[in-house]
Amino acid sequence: MSEFYSLHVNGATREVRDAWLGESLLFVLRERLGLMGSKGACEQGECGSCSVMVDGELVCSCLVLAAASVGQQILTIEGIAPSGAPSDVQQAFVTAGAVQCGFCTPGLIMATHALLERSPEPTEMEIREELSGNICRCTGYGRIIDAVQRVAVARRTGFDMPGGAS
Amino acid sequence: MTDTLVTPTTRSNTQPGRLGESALRPDGIAKVQGTYQFSGDLTADGFLWGATLRSPHPFARIVRIDVSGAWKISGVEAVITADDVPGVPTYGLISQDQPVFASEYVRFVGEPVAAVAADHPDVCRRALEAIVVEYEVLEPLVDPERAVDGSFAPIHPEGNVIRRQRIVRGDQSIEGPVVVEGTYELGMQDQAFLGLEAALAVPDAGGAGVELHVATQWLHEDRKQIAACLGMDEQKVRLVLGGVGGAFGAREDISLQVHTCLLALRTSRPVRMAYSRHESFLGHVHRHPCRITMRHHADHDGRLLRVEARFVFDGGAYASTSSAVLINGITHAQGPYRCDSATVDGWAVRTNNLPCGAMRGFGVVQACFAHEAQMDKLAAAVGLEPLEVRLLNAMQTGDHLITGQVVESVAPVARLIRELAEMPLPTEPVGGHDGDPMRLPGGAGRTADRGDVVRGIGWAVSIKNLMYSEAFDDYSTARVRLAEGVATVKFATAEVGQGFVTLAAQIARTVLGVDDVVLDSIDTQIGSAGSTSASRQTWMSGGAVDGACRLVRERLFEHVAAQYDLEDYQLAIDGTDVIDTVGDLRIPVAEATAGLELDETFEHHHRPTEDLDEFGQGNCHTAFAFAAHRAVVDVDPVLGLVKVVQVATVQDVGRALNPLSVTGQIEGGIAQGVGLAVMEEIISVRGVVKNASFTDYLLPTFLDMPDVVIALVEEPEPQAPLGAKGVGEPPTVSSTPAVVAAIRDAIGKDLVRVPVRPTDIVF
Repeated sequence: MSEFYSLHVNGATREVRDAWLGESLLFVLRERLGLMGSKGACEQGECGSCSVMVDGELVCSCLVLAAASVGQQILTIEGIAPSGAPSDVQQAFVTAGAVQCGFCTPGLIMATHALLERSPEPTEMEIREELSGNICRCTGYGRIIDAVQRVAVARRTGFDMPGGAS
Repeated sequence: MTDTLVTPTTRSNTQPGRLGESALRPDGIAKVQGTYQFSGDLTADGFLWGATLRSPHPFARIVRIDVSGAWKISGVEAVITADDVPGVPTYGLISQDQPVFASEYVRFVGEPVAAVAADHPDVCRRALEAIVVEYEVLEPLVDPERAVDGSFAPIHPEGNVIRRQRIVRGDQSIEGPVVVEGTYELGMQDQAFLGLEAALAVPDAGGAGVELHVATQWLHEDRKQIAACLGMDEQKVRLVLGGVGGAFGAREDISLQVHTCLLALRTSRPVRMAYSRHESFLGHVHRHPCRITMRHHADHDGRLLRVEARFVFDGGAYASTSSAVLINGITHAQGPYRCDSATVDGWAVRTNNLPCGAMRGFGVVQACFAHEAQMDKLAAAVGLEPLEVRLLNAMQTGDHLITGQVVESVAPVARLIRELAEMPLPTEPVGGHDGDPMRLPGGAGRTADRGDVVRGIGWAVSIKNLMYSEAFDDYSTARVRLAEGVATVKFATAEVGQGFVTLAAQIARTVLGVDDVVLDSIDTQIGSAGSTSASRQTWMSGGAVDGACRLVRERLFEHVAAQYDLEDYQLAIDGTDVIDTVGDLRIPVAEATAGLELDETFEHHHRPTEDLDEFGQGNCHTAFAFAAHRAVVDVDPVLGLVKVVQVATVQDVGRALNPLSVTGQIEGGIAQGVGLAVMEEIISVRGVVKNASFTDYLLPTFLDMPDVVIALVEEPEPQAPLGAKGVGEPPTVSSTPAVVAAIRDAIGKDLVRVPVRPTDIVF
């Protein structure tokens, strides 16, 4: 039953030992590699809390088998800004009040980075559509949309807006 | 545009991070980086996984349980049932009527029957499958009216009626001249917090005690119930708040707490339990389904003369807080309107449906849905506009409730209504200027012709009680230490996402004149903070932190006064300095506290409340907050689809201590109100739940959420320690009826049930 394989996570090669082949990427990241930043909230790809990048594509890690990710580049929330300082998206979420309980937040940070890579100046409808795979139960989304717009503006103009409701 | 317009208030002498400023969350960076530890992220050396076996039947007698199969599976370390509960076999917040594990009967689908501990979640799953439970399946009680009329044999030793309460006030003979009436229903809503139930229990050496790290709303109440079930002294059970991924009422009751501790004590190893989403739907209490009949009597001008109402709350299999939810519902039957005469009859009953208890709004959501539909009917009957009839009847400070209680709170109902009427309407036409089908009801994939879509506007206004009621001694505790210019604040207040940690630091900075505030761990190593519910923590725990800070400040002023030969009452904090208000002294707080350690603890109690008498009379509530909502919807009457375009709100907040946090509470509360209006419902067929997953239970996404426009009314509440009212619940209370009123306005149908389903619109 148990297997040995390696995953490329956040630029490093990580060995996975004694795992069952049936384990999801989310479970292996959290329970075998100790990367607890990716969250599980539905186990069926509906909520986006477990979002990670695999070979540049945003995926729900609860729906991917870890063993099927061998040889692919996996990026998790822990790899977004490894130096310790938050990324612009991470900082904007805090500044704009986009974080309450924070359980959906790592997945939304991943999804927002992916969105802004694809579309640096998204319209509000584009933001809503592109992030609609991520459920947040606390915020009603308003401050999250504001956070994404702040990053888009700051990246274009080099100017950060101050915190607070806008 | 997501316009959010927070009414500016003049704020002088405020500095970053002080009260009144939009201070940022101290846990924000950890949360965006993924390093914040939620209860499900906690682990310990040598831990085991725990898992729960649940009933597949809504009502059945347990004939036999055979756990021997589970023990044969390699990796299984414990298998426990009701026989393994050493203390009290039942628990509950008000009545201890819910078994830790079912023994004789199971009374709802999902009721725990056994639990296992093993070295891998999949081993747990196989162990649960290997447990044989033989059931004699019984006819379930699923119609709450059969509990009311007594036609169904008791399904529990405590009977099928959890509580009945009447309210009888004023002239009972009043009839008309204008009478409007209706019967309304609300489905079962789930809190659907994102962070699933999870806990880590670590047993003490020798099993003398246990430490439980858990996501909860009320550490001390959990501890009391857990200790009783474990048969342990409360001091032997230590609770630490694990990071909480949302709550909304669903974490006020025990779920996995006792099971996790029992497994840890049985195996002498740390045990982690983590519910799946399916389990979570079955494993916590929900918002009560409710059926309400109301008849309003008014004069020809539309002035309310009398309200008659009958409420039936379906409490499900166990009592939880049903008796308090009932009282909240019936005592808010009049809404935020003057009414001198009332006849109300309310029931909270037991059925074999899922247990129900606290959810944001706590009984008042149900009442508001009914009374606001009635106010619209009354407006139509007397030829007034919906807001006119509300303004005509608007409650003021000093008015009586139907319980006889005088509303002493600030009650700016008329102002809320007037300001709401002035809020800007969406400028975009149906479907938007750009013709993007995503803006139409149903989105791109399911939309009929744009020409079919009709727009509607609806209004609703609410009153919501704050804090606990009915003679409960409600209090919160805080401890503050000031040394070397650093304040350390300790409390047991559950931070569930609402941001009390932000506010606590703001209070300490403001009162003590410090920049550096350290928040101690949130656990049971201090007195209770009460529950993070009933919109109470800003008032209660805010009051406790404020009180402790003020005690410390008194000691600081005494010290400075003695040192400089001044009068302590002449000293004040200005920024980060202690100043003499009548002299020249100005020294930094950090300098003034050199070599000192000031340490004070304070308990904030709100004023006492009373029980209701047999006629439902008594000062049962503490204080009230008010809100008004206007919804704009686009409806496709052919396909029965609704797009909520905009919700505007004016909310009575007392004082916005952190405007950004208030905005977050209002937007988030409206999201849950919109969800109840048009999509959220746990559907059961004969007691069997059909949609316990995020695929089948629909939640508002980014695309469902309307634009929200907010104005705050800041009239400081004299009773409140910081002038601030709780802001969490009101947004959820009146947003639902506003959305439904808007749908009625669009299609002209008498919608009496939420969530409004496509079939309700089409047929």
